[in-house]
Amino acid sequence: MAIKDINEHEFETFVLKSDVPVIVDFWAEWCTPCKKLEPILEELDKKYDSKIRIARLNVEENPSIASRYAIRSIPALIIFYKGEAADTIIGLHPKTYIEKMLRRHL
Amino acid sequence: MREIDIAIIGGGPAGLSAGLYGARAMLKTVVLEKQSPGGQILLTDIIENYPGFPRGINPEELTKRMKQQVEEFGGEIILDDIDGLEKQGNLWKVNGWENEYLAKAVIIATGSEPRKLGVPGEKEFTGRGVSYCATCDAPFFKDQPVAVVGGGDSAVSEAIYITKYASKVYLIHRRDKLRAEMIWQKRAFENPKIEAIWDTVVTEIKGENKVKELYLKNVKTGEESKLPVEAIFIFVGMNPNVDLVKDIVKLTPSGKIKVNLRMETSVPGIFAAGDVTEVPYEQVSIAVGTGAIAAMTAVEYINKNFG
Repeated sequence: MAIKDINEHEFETFVLKSDVPVIVDFWAEWCTPCKKLEPILEELDKKYDSKIRIARLNVEENPSIASRYAIRSIPALIIFYKGEAADTIIGLHPKTYIEKMLRRHL
Repeated sequence: MREIDIAIIGGGPAGLSAGLYGARAMLKTVVLEKQSPGGQILLTDIIENYPGFPRGINPEELTKRMKQQVEEFGGEIILDDIDGLEKQGNLWKVNGWENEYLAKAVIIATGSEPRKLGVPGEKEFTGRGVSYCATCDAPFFKDQPVAVVGGGDSAVSEAIYITKYASKVYLIHRRDKLRAEMIWQKRAFENPKIEAIWDTVVTEIKGENKVKELYLKNVKTGEESKLPVEAIFIFVGMNPNVDLVKDIVKLTPSGKIKVNLRMETSVPGIFAAGDVTEVPYEQVSIAVGTGAIAAMTAVEYINKNFG
């Protein structure tokens, strides 16, 4: 399934209630390295398809979620599984690194 | 397994420049990048000292153009994470996470990454006030006091950038003068939000679930103090990314790849370019220059040994 842009109202349903692991990409317009994550996430989305969900959340427009998870550095990926923030990846990392983290929850 | 002529490992300015020259020599040239092309320059907001752009250029735009130029001449840029390099006859086998490549010549352009400060609290608070990227994180600290550690170009230019957001920027440096380009120093000293703290090191980063204060020590007087800040941005130099080749080519005592003026390493068929080499100064202009030399030497090497 495609990468979904979510807001704070959709967070509960799309992320916390999901039966499969969800990667949430916390990003902002100002953050150049965040844009560099896009091709990596697109490849993961293609490869794992319905086994995972991937969501993008704009931290400026959704400050309540960003602050709930104490996001003070982006790019930040949080892998949610069964409603819990299971792993956090801060900064730009290679696809392999992100994929290894993800596989722990598959 | 893909058979190619030149494998370039790393897609920052050095690798992309090498890719351009390899492609224009009409050799099968592949740039292997593990994240996405651009490298360290993506962490800054504007590049002002790359000739040809009198008003500076956005690093993303510069990367896009360099990438286009490689592809224009038939060079390929592939997203792959390389974790092995071994000799196979007179060729080199490059092992990636996605694919394997068999190359006649290899150019190492793996760059460098920000050095850690190495103090208690740094790891714990990474992402919660400890940052290595001002353009990513400065907006989180609007109207709040922050610290920058370091005295080089990155530290000083990023301190100036952060003043767009923060209420106050303490520039903490272990010496009594900066190393940064004079133009950056001048701008920093004229900026009312920046206050330098000289001869001082950070000994610990304290907080609860986020950074709250820094423990400082004056290296001349030994005096200790505390500084309340919401964030600490660390720019204390770079470490070369040499993991892939550290047991293959000779390194300098500081851990960078030893090269000659033609960007040859100690091993025939392996060349190097950019920040990962011992060539001084981490600058885009130098990276692209050494990238060009490495590729031209690699082309000669291929013509001589495989022609």
